[in-house]
Amino acid sequence: MVTRGFFSGRRPPTDTDARIPPGQYLEQGFPVLSAGPTPRVRTEDWSFTLKHGPKPIKKWNWAEFNALPQSKMTRDIHCVTAWTKFNTPWQGVMIDDILADAGIEPPTAYTLALSFDGYSTNVPTKDLVTGKAMVALLYEGKPITSDHGGPARLLVPHLYFWKSAKWVNGLQFTGRDEPGFWELRGYHMYGDPWREQRYSSDR
Amino acid sequence: MSAEPRPQSPWQTATITRIEKRTPRVTSFWFQPSRPFVHEAGQHVDVRLTAPDGYQARRSYSIASAPEAGAGIELAIERLDDGEVSPFFHDVAAVGDEIELRGPLGGHFIWQVDDGGPILLVGGGSGVVPLMAMVRHRTLSNTAVPVALVFSARVWDEVIFRDELIGLDDRRDGFDLVLTLTREPARRPSDYSRRIDARMMMQAIERLPKPPRLAYVCGSNTFVSAAAEALIEADMPASLIRTERYGV
Ligand SMILES: Cc1cc2nc3c(=O)[nH]c(=O)nc-3n(C[C@H](O)[C@H](O)[C@H](O)COP(=O)(O)OP(=O)(O)OC[C@H]3O[C@@H](n4cnc5c(N)ncnc54)[C@H](O)[C@@H]3O)c2cc1C
Repeated sequence: MVTRGFFSGRRPPTDTDARIPPGQYLEQGFPVLSAGPTPRVRTEDWSFTLKHGPKPIKKWNWAEFNALPQSKMTRDIHCVTAWTKFNTPWQGVMIDDILADAGIEPPTAYTLALSFDGYSTNVPTKDLVTGKAMVALLYEGKPITSDHGGPARLLVPHLYFWKSAKWVNGLQFTGRDEPGFWELRGYHMYGDPWREQRYSSDR
Repeated sequence: MSAEPRPQSPWQTATITRIEKRTPRVTSFWFQPSRPFVHEAGQHVDVRLTAPDGYQARRSYSIASAPEAGAGIELAIERLDDGEVSPFFHDVAAVGDEIELRGPLGGHFIWQVDDGGPILLVGGGSGVVPLMAMVRHRTLSNTAVPVALVFSARVWDEVIFRDELIGLDDRRDGFDLVLTLTREPARRPSDYSRRIDARMMMQAIERLPKPPRLAYVCGSNTFVSAAAEALIEADMPASLIRTERYGV
C-alpha cells in the first residue's frame, strides 16, 4: 500500500540493494538494544562452558579461551529493529574450533546460547558450525565494549542480530528446539532476515 | 512474566482519527486499526511507510493509550528534524490517512496491574510513552498499586502529558510523579533540576511504601544506560530492571 505523501529521499545506493534484506534500512552507527542494564563482566570472572543438556562438557577461562585459534569475519548484520550495518569486522573463535578443542562432534541438532545476564537464544546447531558463527572477542580490532556484549558475544551474522547473544558464557546442546529469552517473548524461533522472520507469527 | 506465545500480528491498515500537539516537538496520533487488537501496557507497534516506487521505511512506536481505552491506539511521536519517518507524521500525515502498522509487539517491557507492585517507572523524553500506558492502565483499573514515575525532560514545556500526569499526581492515590528538568529550574517542590543520578533514584525508591518489585526504564540509549546504572547504584538488583531503548 502506497502511503499518501511519503516520498523519502533516503534510498540505499542501488549497488547495495541486494545486500539489504526486506524491511531493513542501512545504518552507519551501531545502535544498542537489550532487555536490561548492561552487565559489566570482568575478564577475571569470565568463563565459557560447553554443555550437553545440563551436563558440562568443557569449560575455558579467559586466558584459555583466548589461546584457541582465532579467526576474522567481516559481515553485514541485520537487527530486528530494522537496521542493517555493512562490513562489521569481528575477530574471535569459530564455533568449529571450540568443538574441536573439546574434541566433540555436535551431539544434538539444537543449541541454546547462554549469557551472563541470564539471557538465552536458540539457534540450530547447523547454523553455528562450518564457518558460520563465532564467539567474537574483538570488534574493529579492539575488545568489544560492554554495551555491545563484551568481553565476548556470539556472532551468527546470517540471522537477525538478537541471535548473536551478548555477554555469552556458554553453548548448551538441547534435544529439541527450545525457545530462548526473546523467542519466549514473541520473537521468531529461527530469525532469517531474508525471509523477514521477525516475530513468532512470521513464516 | 507471561510466556505464552503472542497472538498473530500481521500488517494491517489503520486510519488516523485524531491528531493533537502535545509539546513543541511531540504530537499524538490516534489510529483506528482495521482489525482492532488488545495490547498490554508497554507494548509497541511497527509502522511502515511506502513510497510510490515501493521503497519502505519502518519504525517502532510505543502505544501511549491504556489497553482499556478502547479499540483505537494513541502513538506520541517526537519530531527528529533530520529523521525519515517522524517528520512525515508531523508534516504530512492528516486525519483520515491510512497507515500500515502491525502489533501489538513486545513481550518483555510490559506491566499489568495483576503483576503487582510497587513499580518504579523511569522515562526520558519520548521514552515516557510506554510508561504513560502503564500509568493510564493503573488509573483505569482503579487499583492502589503504588507506582512512581520519574520523568526527565529538558524543559517544562517539553513534559509530554504534563497536565494529565500532574492531575493524577494530585489525587494522592498511590501514584507519584517526579519531574526532573535538565535545562530549567524545577517548578514543583518534589521536582529536580538535573540529570538522573543514584541519589535521585534512591529518593524515588523511598517514596514507595516498599522496595519496587520491578523498574521500567525507557528512552534513548544513553538515557537508559545512565538511568539503569543509577538504579543499580541505588541498590536496585539488575535482574529487576527492564529496559526499552529507542536506539540513537
Ligand atoms: C520499541 C521502540 C519504541 C519506540 N517508541 C517511540 C515512541 O513512542 N515515540 C517516539 O517518538 N519514538 C519512538 N521510538 C523511536 C522511533 O522508532 C524512531 O527511531 C524515531 O521516530 C526516529 O525515526 P526517524 O525515521 O524520524 O529518524 P531516522 O531517520 O531513523 O533518524 C534518526 C536519527 O538518526 C540520524 N540518521 C540516521 N540515519 C540517517 C541517514 N541515513 N540520513 C540522515 N540522518 C540519519 C538522524 O540524525 C536522526 O536524528 C521507538 C523505538 C523503539 C525501538
